[in-house]
Amino acid sequence: MSFVSYLINGISLGSVYAIIALGYTMVYGIAKMLNFAHGDVIMMGAYVIFLAVSTMGMSPLVGVLAAVVVCTLLGMTIERVAYKPLRGASPLAVLITAIGVSYLLQNIALLLFGANTKAFTSVVGVPALRLAEGQLVISGETMVTIVSCIVIMVGLTTFIKKTKAGQAMLAVSEDRGAATLMGINVNGTIALTFAIGSALAAIAGALLCSAYPSLTPYTGAMPGIKAFVAAVFGGIGSIPGAMIGGILLGVIENLSKAYISSQLSDAIVFSVLIVVLLVKPTGILGKKINEKV
Amino acid sequence: MKTKSWNKNWTNNAITYGMVIAAYLIVQVMVNTGNISSLMKGLLVPLCMYVILAVSLNLTVGILGELSLGHAGFMCVGAFTSAVFSKCMQSVIPNTFVCFLFALLVGAAAAAVCGILIGIPVLRLRGDYLAIVTLAFGEIIKNIMNAIYLGKDSKGLHFSLKNAAALNLEEDGEMIIKGAQGITGTPKVSTFTIGVVLVLITLFIIINLVNSRTGRAIMSIRDNRIAAESVGINITKYKLLAFTISASLAGVAGVLYAHNVSSLTALPKNFGYNMSIMILVFVVLGGIGNIRGSIISAVILTLLPELLRGLNNYRMLIYAIVLIAMMLFNSSPKMIEFREQLAEKWKKKPAQKKEA
Repeated sequence: MSFVSYLINGISLGSVYAIIALGYTMVYGIAKMLNFAHGDVIMMGAYVIFLAVSTMGMSPLVGVLAAVVVCTLLGMTIERVAYKPLRGASPLAVLITAIGVSYLLQNIALLLFGANTKAFTSVVGVPALRLAEGQLVISGETMVTIVSCIVIMVGLTTFIKKTKAGQAMLAVSEDRGAATLMGINVNGTIALTFAIGSALAAIAGALLCSAYPSLTPYTGAMPGIKAFVAAVFGGIGSIPGAMIGGILLGVIENLSKAYISSQLSDAIVFSVLIVVLLVKPTGILGKKINEKV
Repeated sequence: MKTKSWNKNWTNNAITYGMVIAAYLIVQVMVNTGNISSLMKGLLVPLCMYVILAVSLNLTVGILGELSLGHAGFMCVGAFTSAVFSKCMQSVIPNTFVCFLFALLVGAAAAAVCGILIGIPVLRLRGDYLAIVTLAFGEIIKNIMNAIYLGKDSKGLHFSLKNAAALNLEEDGEMIIKGAQGITGTPKVSTFTIGVVLVLITLFIIINLVNSRTGRAIMSIRDNRIAAESVGINITKYKLLAFTISASLAGVAGVLYAHNVSSLTALPKNFGYNMSIMILVFVVLGGIGNIRGSIISAVILTLLPELLRGLNNYRMLIYAIVLIAMMLFNSSPKMIEFREQLAEKWKKKPAQKKEA
């Protein structure tokens, strides 16, 4: 039974990684940049919920909605101010700017909220589920996380397949130049991608901090990196890939923590990534890139 | 023509060496006359370390053209192996300086071996995938260093990944690496002079490499891999060579670090991806492929947070804003155009005056 419970917890953690990884993968697919500041947007979202729920006493749902709005605006502002002027610059320059934005967000949070750890109250009101005569307990957070991950996944896939804006995103990620010639508003599409990615980051922040209730200005950094690994794992740029990568990563991390060594779990996660990339250099669902002379 | 370009190269390199030596002399004079705060004094060795790291990473990022986010991992390997060596050999080699020299070689060699082992599989990947895998390797190295327990007694060395008790040390045994607590009591022998000498050696190695036949082969891989391959350059060999040299020099920086701190621990702050990213920031801001730029930006960016210390909590905020602003100013296509227009106006003005 303990194995099943570790597995379910792993899937839950993996679902959070998957939601974060979706933001990474969409931005990479369309803007071809590694948005290092994504993890810190998560942290900002969690702080907004903390302020709204614990300090101002709003209901958790309102708190999450406020976080989604704030993060969406934040994501679009970052894109407009820091990344848009660098369109067409070398990828390394954009990467370093993203790192600068990440430092900036961390330090703004440090100044606004202080360095001490905040105890985050869970935004999930669902009671825990007891199965097999109380031997297997699945917490409300776990269930909500897994369900919201599935809902987001289905919603996003439908959005991209069925709507005009989604098709435009697909077109821009395939070939930006051709998309411009077809009359697609590339800048608008990129801004939309950042908005969606940041809104997802707010939800991920709520779920992450409900499951692991300690909030500091650096909360977002490590899950951000892990989710980035998950996105690469599944094939960066691919939406189902981010999902599979995230969940696999969460399961591997939780099982290795339980059965091998809690200290070495990160090392094991990263080793699996390396092995996967050596066998399939573009990730599990990544497309093969043919090089032209 | 040939001698002219050779001359230009020579002056260029002489300026780089001269800059380091001049900085060293100025600092020495300031130390001797007591014109330097103790805070700054404590920063001198780390400064040398950052310069070595930046210059060595520039070999991978600038000259070889591959993005590496695991540079701190190699530094970690160099630091830990050399600290273990120093602690074991303290009693065998009485002269601390000779001991340090050997520790230096051991640290560099260990980092180089690590570079080869990691480079063989990793260098097959490209671009962002290479970046993420090097980042993963850096994290793995840091993670393992945090979990290692190593002790020594009359029977020899004992090693465990679990805890201190699993080592089964004898009564007279001594712990060397205590898991997450790291290594304590490494002899503090790193000085500013040693640091500057190591910086000069690093510069000598990299500048000579870049200006050699090997260096040109490496740069041709960066500029066009397929063209380089078609003229018979062994891609794997040269890529691995550059990567290994870069790793081994990072190991040297690690040795310098290990012999400057009283307790050596593998924290995310000093050996995690944050450190690797910081070194990358030095390289990119200094100008990718520009060795002198790396030195200058490493020095400025290390001093900047310290100079802003009076602003307390705002200093890292300002650092972040300066970083973003500098990147936008340097790399944004619109900014580059604007600067060019400005430069043209500047040139025209004196010309018009002459006409008048």
